[in-house]
Formats: sequence, structure tokens, C-alpha cells
Amino acid sequence: MEQSLEGDCAAYNRLLVLLTSALRRAVRARALTVGLDAEDVVQEVLLALHLKRNTWIRGTPVAPWVAAIARNKLVDAHRRRGRRLEISIDSVGDTLRSDAGDFDDRSHDLERGLAGLTDRQRQVLRAVSLEGWTAREAALRLDMTEVAVRVTLHRGLKSLAALFRKDQHED
Amino acid sequence: MKTEALIRALALDAGRPVVSIGRLVATALLIGAAASLLLFMLLLQPRPDIAAAFYSAGFCLKVAASACLALTAGTLLGVVARPMSRGRSLGVLTLAPSLLAVGVAVELLALPGDTWHARLIGHNAPHCLALIPLLSAAPAVCLFVALRRAAPARPGLAGVIVGLVAGGIGAFLYALTCPDDSPLFVAAWYSFAIIIVTGACFIAGRRWLRW
Repeated sequence: MEQSLEGDCAAYNRLLVLLTSALRRAVRARALTVGLDAEDVVQEVLLALHLKRNTWIRGTPVAPWVAAIARNKLVDAHRRRGRRLEISIDSVGDTLRSDAGDFDDRSHDLERGLAGLTDRQRQVLRAVSLEGWTAREAALRLDMTEVAVRVTLHRGLKSLAALFRKDQHED
Repeated sequence: MKTEALIRALALDAGRPVVSIGRLVATALLIGAAASLLLFMLLLQPRPDIAAAFYSAGFCLKVAASACLALTAGTLLGVVARPMSRGRSLGVLTLAPSLLAVGVAVELLALPGDTWHARLIGHNAPHCLALIPLLSAAPAVCLFVALRRAAPARPGLAGVIVGLVAGGIGAFLYALTCPDDSPLFVAAWYSFAIIIVTGACFIAGRRWLRW
């Protein structure tokens, strides 16, 4: 996490992959019992912890911080369903370290969220995620500057998170 | 969309510099307080007998209690800005009200009952109710802008803490111009003004600090 904040993208990628498998285990049990799509919640948590990584305190353990974000997002997701769920941080933390099996790793909420972005944001997001292009490759193929790609990507991610939230408030 | 694809997008976005929330809040506080101070100097000025006033216990108490509120609530900003909820640390907030309560008790013991009413009503209550929120506005707005980039576990509570910090700053500045030094006046009208600010910030927090 320390390296990630210094802008080390590779370290950050490894961290997110690790966190994702832990999050899946933690979220799956809870999400299934209340009829939520676990992968939707996992992606929402990833997006939130990415955009809010400035709230992590350097030098402290990452797990409790991630658990707190996951708990918040689970409660949000649950509210969207019209019911309320109280989840203690401890129980999420416990499952963060426990074991479980496999699942479907596609999500539908994000797919719907993409539809709410501007065309440019959607193109850039698709290019760097689905196609796996680097910022420079995306810039070349989309006929933009590299800086513009990065700015558009960042705005796109922020709008995605905002769309999740909006969903929740209009319910 | 697959999660792995999302992670690729997030990792690419991680190249951007990250400003820690502590720094954002500190900057916001500085700018907000400076703006209020400027407003105070342009609009109000310290009262003419300010030098002499520092020898009056009542004046010192209201200045100290306001500063105390802003400082104690200020130490909680970093806590409420983060997703981990820690309710226990809220205890420090009792410090400023306790200080004021002691002042009120001393005042009630020291002065005869028939002067209480006049001291409670003071000279400038409507002034106080209008100016404290006005002087609180800039810090509150700046803090909200900073906390929009935070992840408060409880947005309403974060709003309340913003309100107390901003209200404390507003009260501190207003105290320098306000002619009423009685702790009775401060307990009634300053508190009322700060509660108005805090209530507004609570609603704003619930509305704008969700993430």
C-alpha cells in the first residue's frame, strides 16, 4: 500500500488482486444470504477504496481499513435493497482471513454504470480495462494525449462511484 | 465487466499523486479560518476596550471556551473523516461545555439573583445569533470541500464535527467584538448560535458527505 501511494502501479495491481480474493470470501457469505450479487459489491468496494485511498493512515495495517470500507459498502448495497443490515467490522475482518471456494467474477452493476458515463469516458475505461492497454497505447488509438487519457479515466472512475451512490438515493 | 478488468483500470489510475486527508483537512482549516479572520477585520473589528478586557474573567472565559471547542472538535476531524468508526473518542467534546458550566456556576454564586436576567439577555443577542453563523461559514464550507474527498464512516457525525469546529472559530472571533462578557449570555446565545451552525452542518453532512 505504501508503494502504491507513491504511484507504483504494479505494486498496487498486486495489492488489489490480493485484496479482491480476500474480499470475495468476506462478501460472498453475507451477500448471498441477503440476495445480493457478491461480485457487484466487491467491485464497488474496490472502486471505493481506490478513490478513498487517501484516508488510509500510512504505517497502519491495511486490513481493518479495507474491512471498514467493505462494511460500509455492504450496508449501502443492502440499503439499496430496501433493508438495513448491521455488520460489525470484526466479523468482516474475520472472514477477510478465512477460506472459501469459487464464483462468477462478472458484475452487472458496473456494466450498467458504464452506460451512464460520457462516450469518451466509456471508451477510455474500456480501452484500459477490457483491452488492457497502457495509457500511451490508449492515447495513440483514441487520438488523445496521454494526460487526457489519465484525466478522463480518473473522471470516469469518479462518475462510476457517483452513479452507484445515486442509485442508492433514488431508491 | 470483469473484476480483473476493473483492477487494471484502477492500477493505471494509481499513478496520480495522493494527498492524504489529514493534509487536505489542515489546509481547508487554515484557508477557512483565514477567510473568517479577514471578514472579521473588514466587517467588525475587535471591541475598543479589548486590551482592558483581557483582565476580565468573563471575557477570557468566553474566548477560551470558544477556542477550546474549535481545538477539541478539530482533533476529531481526522477520526470522523475515515471509514473506521470510533465513537469513544468523542469524550473530548465535553471539555468546552464543562469550562463554560464552571463559569456559569461561579457567576450564579457570585452575583445576586436579580441581575441574572439582565446579564442573560445582554445587549446584542440578535447580533450574536447572526454573526457567529456568518463567521463560521467559511471554515465550514472549506472543511466540507475537503471532507468530500474523505470517507466518513458516519456522514452526519462528520457534519456535526465540522459544525462544532466552524462554530468554535466563529464564536472565537465574535467573542473579540462582543460586549457581553457574562457566562450566562455566552451559555445561552453562543451555544444557541453554535447549535444552529452544527444542525445545518449535520444536515449538509448527511447529504453531501456520503461516498
